[in-house]
Amino acid sequence: MSPAASLSAPATAAPADERTVLALSNVTKTYPGTPPVHAIRGVDLDIRSGELVAIVGPSGSGKSTLLHVIGTLDRATSGTVSVAGYDVDDLNDKQLSSLRSRHIGFVFQQFFLLAGETALDNVADGLLYTGMPLSRRRVLAEHALDQVGLAHRTSHEATKLSGGERQRVAIARALIGSPDIILADEPTGNLDSKSGEDVVRLIESLNADGTTIVVITHDHQIASRFPRRVSLLDGEIVEDIRIAVSGDPR
Amino acid sequence: MKASLEPSRLAPADMMRASLIGLRTRRLRSILSGLGIVIGIAAMVGVLGLSESSKSELLAQLDQLGTNMLRIEAGSGIGIGTGELPEDSTVMVSRVGPVEQVASISETGASVYRTDLVPEGQTGGITVKAVDANLLATLQGRMESGIFLDEAATDLPVVVLGAVAAERLGVTDGAGGTVVWLGDDWFSVVGVMDTLDLSPDLDRAALVSYSTADEFLDHGGVPSTIYVRSDPDNIDVVRSVLPATVNPESPDEVEVTRPSDALEAKEAADQAFTNLLLGLGAVALLVGGVGIANVMVISVLERRGEIGLRRALGATKGHISIQFLGESLILATLGGLGGVALGGAVTAVYAWSQGWDVLIPTVAIVGGMAAALIIGVIAGLYPAMRAARVSPTEALRTL
Ligand SMILES: Nc1ncnc2c1ncn2[C@@H]1O[C@H](COP(=O)(O)OP(=O)(O)O)[C@@H](O)[C@H]1O
Ligand SMILES: [Mg+2]
Repeated sequence: MSPAASLSAPATAAPADERTVLALSNVTKTYPGTPPVHAIRGVDLDIRSGELVAIVGPSGSGKSTLLHVIGTLDRATSGTVSVAGYDVDDLNDKQLSSLRSRHIGFVFQQFFLLAGETALDNVADGLLYTGMPLSRRRVLAEHALDQVGLAHRTSHEATKLSGGERQRVAIARALIGSPDIILADEPTGNLDSKSGEDVVRLIESLNADGTTIVVITHDHQIASRFPRRVSLLDGEIVEDIRIAVSGDPR
Repeated sequence: MKASLEPSRLAPADMMRASLIGLRTRRLRSILSGLGIVIGIAAMVGVLGLSESSKSELLAQLDQLGTNMLRIEAGSGIGIGTGELPEDSTVMVSRVGPVEQVASISETGASVYRTDLVPEGQTGGITVKAVDANLLATLQGRMESGIFLDEAATDLPVVVLGAVAAERLGVTDGAGGTVVWLGDDWFSVVGVMDTLDLSPDLDRAALVSYSTADEFLDHGGVPSTIYVRSDPDNIDVVRSVLPATVNPESPDEVEVTRPSDALEAKEAADQAFTNLLLGLGAVALLVGGVGIANVMVISVLERRGEIGLRRALGATKGHISIQFLGESLILATLGGLGGVALGGAVTAVYAWSQGWDVLIPTVAIVGGMAAALIIGVIAGLYPAMRAARVSPTEALRTL
């Protein structure tokens, strides 16, 4: 069942029935130039279904590059990447688009909501490129907005909501298709500490409901709250620790 | 390996919505950039509509006046050039087989004034001509008021005025019994003619019968102009034999013209002008297309974030380019519709004010819309290509 079963064991043993949704093996990313920039250097990373992972590191350590490679927005220079059981090397650009439309959700620091559209329709855009008709997407979007606690903002124009609300709309958009993994790049980076805290709590509760989430942050305080923390420095993983969260049966 | 991935898809309705986003969020700019197309298409539709409407007006006019009329004048030719035709011309012409009607005009050299107090020479450009009583019928002219010479007592001092002559002499009602000073006598005005499209010189003339001219003006009656109505099928034959018929000795001195040709020549000149305006419309359309392309390129630069997001949501390069191409097409289509409506309205208002039938040719509407669509595609191609080439990772790094 698990396509990545042959990959090296993760840092900490996990139950065998938990599917590997992400597997990176010896991945590098080099931006050509003089001199070339080695943004990612030999990264091995395995993420299983249901995990909540923080990737933490200082600015310029390669976090965004790593997220783009994981999210198939960019191809690795070398190494293998497999997402949701698909080996990225085997897929052409169109197939990668398809993989993103159904299996990966994104959340960005800048929200990237469409102006002039309601919160509902922005969330419905999460499934835009699956070809699903708008009426059905709107039904799912309503549910997703409810999940992020914004049921009362459905018909508000998304870009006119508060920062925290806007990010929650963006999270609902990533959530709507129940993707295998949600990738969030500095989701609290543009928020005040109160809204940031709300967003972190939301991420935690979504994970508690079973969603696999990778959060990129330079904020160690946020990272330290998550059950798994991967530290990046100069494009290399320098630490990958799982913390047994109190009350977790595992 | 897993089951093969179903390709990303964008439902047609969603494609339309995506293409409308730019227009909805940048309304003023969209309107301004579509204006070039509106003006270009409106110009083309208006020009074609007006030329069609005026052409139909002209055809109706020609139909009414007939194209089977010929005018014979003494040519300024090589000969003596007396400005007069031989005395028996009218009789000779009426003997030509296919000739149906003949009416002659003779210059009396007399002058006409409002009263006998007007100083001599201030004729206002009005000439006094002696004419055959059937002239009006031959010209298929109409009376504005009063009667023509054929219904009046022909040897009395009565006169019929052309439309311009009546105005200059201050005669408002031809049946009102106004008198004018003509030659050395008071003449009664018995009628005023409508304007004559095929012989405008008569609009500025005062007409008397030959017998009146003989009696009161001592005028002999040598014709200077003869109007001929011919069997329409034989008009070319008639035209070719007329010079020799009128003046067998020197046919070169006889000039035969077809007044309806002048109207047709005017139409040809109008056509040239129409083509010029069409050319200008095409230039406006081209400029409109460049305007759309320009605005779209700027829009692509501004909307890099949106493009990055869409790629992250699973859009292929094709989806991105089709969205921007669609936006350009919608802009051009709206511009085209606006242009057709504006051009049609201008045509309708102008034709209506001229009393013409409103005729907007289908080819102008269909052609205008087609031109707009083609411009839309061409203008959108480059921006769409640029949009598809935007790197999603770089787009997502911008804030
Ligand atoms: N397109 C690019 N071309 C060249 N260098 C790049 C490019 N994108 C990122 N980099 C470089 O790669 C390194 C990692 O960047 P990034 O992944 O954005 O780090 P982080 O998100 O941790 O701040 C940085 O040194 C950055 O300057
Ligand atoms: Mg970054």
